[in-house]
Amino acid sequence: MNIKKILQLTFASLMLVMASCIGDLDIIPIDSNLVTGKTVYNSPGAYKQGLAKLYALFILTGQQGPAGQPDVSGVDEGFSCFTRSMWNLEELTTDEAIWSYPNDAEGTISNLYFNSWLASDGIPTALFGRLMASMVIINEFIRATEGQSDPELVRFQAEARFLRALGYYYGMNLYGNMPVVTEADLPGAFLPTQRTRTEIFQYVEEELLAIYPTLGEPRFEYGRADKGAASMLLAKLYLNAEVFLAPSIPPQYAGRNFYNDVITELTKVIEGGYSLAPKYLNNFVADNHTSPEMIFTFNNDGANSQAYDGVWVMIRGNSGNGGWGGLRTRSAFVSLFDSNPTDYRGIFAKEDKGQDRDITEPNNSTHGYGVFKFRNVTSTGATPVNDATGFVDTDFPLFRLADAYLMYAEAVLRGGTTGSTSTAVSYVNALRNRSGDTAIGDITISDLTLDFILDERGRELYWEGHRRTDLIRFGKFTGSAYIWDWKGGVPEGRSIPEHMKIFPIPAADLATNPTLVQNPGY
Amino acid sequence: MLLFASTSALAQNRTITGTVLDSSDGSPLPGVNILIKGSSSGAVTDSNGKYSISASDNSILVFSFVGYASQEVEVGSRTVIDVTLQLDATALSEVVVIGYGSVEKRDVTGAVADISSENFNKGVMSSPQDLIVGKLAGVNVISNSGAPGAGSTIRIRGGSSLRASNDPLIVIDGFPVDNGGISGVDNILATINPNDIETFTVLKDASSTAIYGSRASNGVILITTKKGQAGKPKINFNTTFSVSTPVNYFDVFDGNEYRALVNDLVADGKINQADVDAKLGTENTDWQKEILRTALSTDNNLSVTGSVKNIPYRVSYGFTDQQGILTNTDIMRNSLNVSVSPTFLNDQLKVTVNAKGSNVRSNFGEAGAVGAAISYDPTKPVRDGNELYGGYFSWLSVPGVPANNITFNPVAMAELTDNRGTANRLMGNIELEYKIPMISGLKAILNVGMDYQSSEGHNNAPTTADFTRVVTDAGTILNGRANTYSANNKSRLLDFYLNYNKNLGDHKFDVTGGYSWQYFYRQSESVNRRADESIIDVPAPLLGEYYLLSFFGRAQYSFLDKYIITATARYDGSSRFNDPWGLFPAVSAAWRIKDEAFLANANKLTELKLRVGYGETGQQDLESNFYPGQAIYRTSTATAQYQLGNTFYPTLRPDAYVPGIKWETTTTVNVGLDFGFFNNRLTGTVDVYNRKTYDLLNYIQVASGTNFSNFVTTNVGDLENKGIEISLNAIPITTGDFTWNLGMNFTHNVNKITKLLLVDDPSYTGVPAGSVGVGQFIQNQQVGFPSNSFWVLQQVYGADGMPIEGLYVNRSGESSVVSSNNNNKYRPEHPIADYLIGLNSRFNYKKFDFSFSSRLSLGNYVYNNAVAGRAFLNNVYANSFFSNVPTAVLETGFNSQQQLSDFYVQDASFFKMDNMSLGYSADNLFSNKLKARFSLTVQNAFVVTKYEGIDPEVNGGIDNTVYPRPRVFLLGISLDF
Repeated sequence: MNIKKILQLTFASLMLVMASCIGDLDIIPIDSNLVTGKTVYNSPGAYKQGLAKLYALFILTGQQGPAGQPDVSGVDEGFSCFTRSMWNLEELTTDEAIWSYPNDAEGTISNLYFNSWLASDGIPTALFGRLMASMVIINEFIRATEGQSDPELVRFQAEARFLRALGYYYGMNLYGNMPVVTEADLPGAFLPTQRTRTEIFQYVEEELLAIYPTLGEPRFEYGRADKGAASMLLAKLYLNAEVFLAPSIPPQYAGRNFYNDVITELTKVIEGGYSLAPKYLNNFVADNHTSPEMIFTFNNDGANSQAYDGVWVMIRGNSGNGGWGGLRTRSAFVSLFDSNPTDYRGIFAKEDKGQDRDITEPNNSTHGYGVFKFRNVTSTGATPVNDATGFVDTDFPLFRLADAYLMYAEAVLRGGTTGSTSTAVSYVNALRNRSGDTAIGDITISDLTLDFILDERGRELYWEGHRRTDLIRFGKFTGSAYIWDWKGGVPEGRSIPEHMKIFPIPAADLATNPTLVQNPGY
Repeated sequence: MLLFASTSALAQNRTITGTVLDSSDGSPLPGVNILIKGSSSGAVTDSNGKYSISASDNSILVFSFVGYASQEVEVGSRTVIDVTLQLDATALSEVVVIGYGSVEKRDVTGAVADISSENFNKGVMSSPQDLIVGKLAGVNVISNSGAPGAGSTIRIRGGSSLRASNDPLIVIDGFPVDNGGISGVDNILATINPNDIETFTVLKDASSTAIYGSRASNGVILITTKKGQAGKPKINFNTTFSVSTPVNYFDVFDGNEYRALVNDLVADGKINQADVDAKLGTENTDWQKEILRTALSTDNNLSVTGSVKNIPYRVSYGFTDQQGILTNTDIMRNSLNVSVSPTFLNDQLKVTVNAKGSNVRSNFGEAGAVGAAISYDPTKPVRDGNELYGGYFSWLSVPGVPANNITFNPVAMAELTDNRGTANRLMGNIELEYKIPMISGLKAILNVGMDYQSSEGHNNAPTTADFTRVVTDAGTILNGRANTYSANNKSRLLDFYLNYNKNLGDHKFDVTGGYSWQYFYRQSESVNRRADESIIDVPAPLLGEYYLLSFFGRAQYSFLDKYIITATARYDGSSRFNDPWGLFPAVSAAWRIKDEAFLANANKLTELKLRVGYGETGQQDLESNFYPGQAIYRTSTATAQYQLGNTFYPTLRPDAYVPGIKWETTTTVNVGLDFGFFNNRLTGTVDVYNRKTYDLLNYIQVASGTNFSNFVTTNVGDLENKGIEISLNAIPITTGDFTWNLGMNFTHNVNKITKLLLVDDPSYTGVPAGSVGVGQFIQNQQVGFPSNSFWVLQQVYGADGMPIEGLYVNRSGESSVVSSNNNNKYRPEHPIADYLIGLNSRFNYKKFDFSFSSRLSLGNYVYNNAVAGRAFLNNVYANSFFSNVPTAVLETGFNSQQQLSDFYVQDASFFKMDNMSLGYSADNLFSNKLKARFSLTVQNAFVVTKYEGIDPEVNGGIDNTVYPRPRVFLLGISLDF
């Protein structure tokens, strides 16, 4: 009898359980590392963590260091790193670098260093995906900080807009015509509209000018985008305006002397409280965050910020200095130092380290000098505490004062009327006379030519992600004005066609967004 | 069905003779067994159906024959006893479990296959799925490696999903288990003792699986464990002792051959003599033999079944201690299984309680040593006494050699690694089946269960282990390793359903309807440390849960026992989706043609049934992606913080998501025919099916700028599987002393992706899969091709038949560098076999039996990455140290790595003798108190294949030098008291 009662009770309570269980289907994360979008910004400090992500988008690759929970998929996570892929597109395509492992990125990485890239190549595709996904994440932050009155949050939003402008600057620089999404575009199933290079140029300029007053003063906090960073980016935009606005200057810019704009922005930078590091190498070592020359950096840390990023590859993947031999430089680039062998900036692993200067086998890691400019030791030569992790403390110097000096000199030479040649010469010489380094030797006004500037930019700024842009601006990237070894995939080098000044829109993006139009020539 | 003839007869008995006839046509039946009940004396009819036996007046003769009902006859005073045997109807009406109930086999309308313990593969020790390898049409089981306790990949009719799980749902005693796995044990199924399993039932088509709705798209495997049998206690003890040995070794150069090769390369100017003088050794070390061994294992099981106070019970304890053939690997399992099935209220209430507990201790060792042994310089000694590296030879010990890119001493890897995990599992369920009074045929079933798994483990290595080296600016340092991990998985279940079963004359109804609630919880975490316990990093932990709620129903109606229709529906809710509900209906019908009057006289035909079914099933198993439709921010780990000022901030990232993500739906059409001939001495089944999956839960690239990542998990894409399955079982010979059983199954499945993007674009190269290097994928998903097709360049061959290094066919016709243009890649083959044929057989002769189980796999291709990644001449001396290379390098003469060449996509069709077993049964030892069986089994006996890798059976199709599968010799003794 008792059993019957129990049964009755059981079935009665079952009915209750069933009714109440439907609500079980509404769940929210129980993992404290996951927060729903509705409540994420309820906690103090969350905005700064959100902002930190926007910066991290440009050097780290996901939510787990060094790899895991990646931001971008479809590619090896290391290649999805902005600094690494941007570097690959800016450097491997030029005289400054070559890579030893042709099978990487589905066997398409060689298309970068042989100048034979295609729309289906892995690395340009990964960078395109990285840039666009970053824009969406930044837009989300801009929406989250919309209408806030707290001055700190207002500044956070301005920094987010800076990073978005930076992303589109690189997108426009590398791919020409990109789709553009802003905070008005909510994530969802739609097809973003492609903008022309000119439209993006204008958008980037407008954004930077709009946020400039809100950004922090130069160097107010390390790693933050401040007025100095914005001026540098504007200066770069203007310095390359003739390239970006080619073939003809649109009417709204008719008659404008962009080089005066360059000088205006760089003057703000130069007066912003920066100074040259006493030693050149201080900018490329584990404690380079202490270099007074840094205007804007992407930050690494051997313990806390790990990724297989561009700096890590330059340091660990070096040839001839104990690295795994991925990267070397080419003979044509080394020759920039031939006229002045005492120029200490040419930090190469040469024959004494088992490296040949000439590259007969492009995949041979001992062919071509190694470069030992970036390293994970401190400016005093000490081993950093986190060295044992295998990851590096060295930050990526996106903008530094030396670049500003050389850009100033170039703007004057290109017709900027608001600067002076003598100042330009003094800036160039300042770089050659660092207080802690042996003087390289001064130049005079007569030495200051555009050709000299290009070479000097090479000597000062090599492997910092500027070379392709520089060569294009000087008309030496495509065509035959400048031939370097293995340019175009042949040992002696050859001309490459004009359309290669920009990369193709990735085939995968044409497939997923049929409204996109491929760049001419691809 | 094995009966034991005996010639021994007692002298005082008289002789009885007679003829045994077939009731259907009156013909004499040869080979009928006649046994004197309660003894082991018997006889067999001859070719004329005649027999002769010694018996006494009070003897009872038992006449039995395969496919016929046994008959018992009292001898009395007769000396001639003629018997007519009837075809056995009950043999055709075995009961099959089908999920939330069971049906008679004759009433099955869907594609269902089952196999019970007597037909399992013999000698299986560690994992239940090994019991059915090669046994069932449409069920493909591939073990992941030869490691003890290694997991397997089970595919039923190919995979219906691309990105979501393709694993079938496994239901153990009514409990659908979470087979997501847990760290600390390779294979969660290995926590179940194979000896406790009674039957496997595989539900293959949608009409049979739809009762499991959203988890049924990849088929369902129902595992039923052994239950108590009422009566006096019966004790079974079985023990197996086994010896495992490596089957073969990868072909590399031995020390002398290698030195010759190096000298040739010196002569060719590829290596400097100075490097040879400085670094080449004089030893002849066979690294593979150094790390592989002959391994000993034992497996012991003790079970007791019987009843106490009319409560049937079964208790079993199993202990397995299995060594792997790789040094320093083993697994140890203790399992306890208790099943009690009392009844109450005059059998109105039936209670079944099952509890299974197990503790599995795995010593995983370092499987990477297998690959290292292929690559390691054979001229080097195993040990050189350098205590910095534990006495093992290490390249680091050579002065001046850079520390980078070296391979590590395989013996040191195998021996210095301490990589152990422990997993505990407790599964239990209580099922109450209550026959509701008043309404005859109505019963209510309540099933409540839980499955708790917990595990922990570590992976340690000392600071003398060169394989823990980290390259830093300051040089190479050895950190050692002290990694730990732990995990907890929980699942709870509540099923309640009613079943109504009624026969009304020619009409038969069987209706089931109910509700199911199941909860899943998964947690795992790990910490990577150096040997000094300092933390390197803490990977993102996993913590999540989900719920599945369901209403389900099934109605079966049978008319005249000839026309049977089954309708099934499940309304499933999954907490993974914002709109959680989905309806999965199915309908199927069967026509028992043989029972029609027009076939009544077709005497050779015993059984003929046509089945037709259609159903829709769903898929929600995104594994650890618990919230694919929610806006979630993810905090970064401590090693992915970002520095602003002097502070490191854990970052917050919105994860990509699609709010409208929903079920993936699979529709299946299945037509089947069951047949039996010659009194069911030949039976078989043919099934053809077409299975289409829509709205694939896919991880797919979306238009850039539309989500927080370039890839999201969403419903895009379609694929289809078409196939045919045939299974045949025959008893070609059965005489008194000799029986031969033969089983064959045939599977042909064609898998094709039919849609991949929202708008399909022919210029899209597809989704990469199958990584073999840094950002290098050798497989690819593309519309019009099978999933995971190989994606490679087409090699050009010279007149001498040798591949020309670096020369590939310009398939795109584009004027680009051929080898680095993805458009020149093509998809020549795919990893899944086109045809699978299982062949198994059993011979019984007197007290001996011999059985084998084998498989023929045709059209399975393998990318031989073990060779592709190593077999090139520049690899002999690279990065300032020597490496061995596969002798396959001589087939190509490649100087540099040509990983994208289709040369390495190789036909790995094979015939594999999985299992051969010889047994001897003695059933009347010690005055019939003890039955014993002795067996000798060889597993993985031999393989016939053209494939040049170590084993043609490669899960996933990329051969990366996994832990080799051993050949195992087993000696088994089973005792029944």
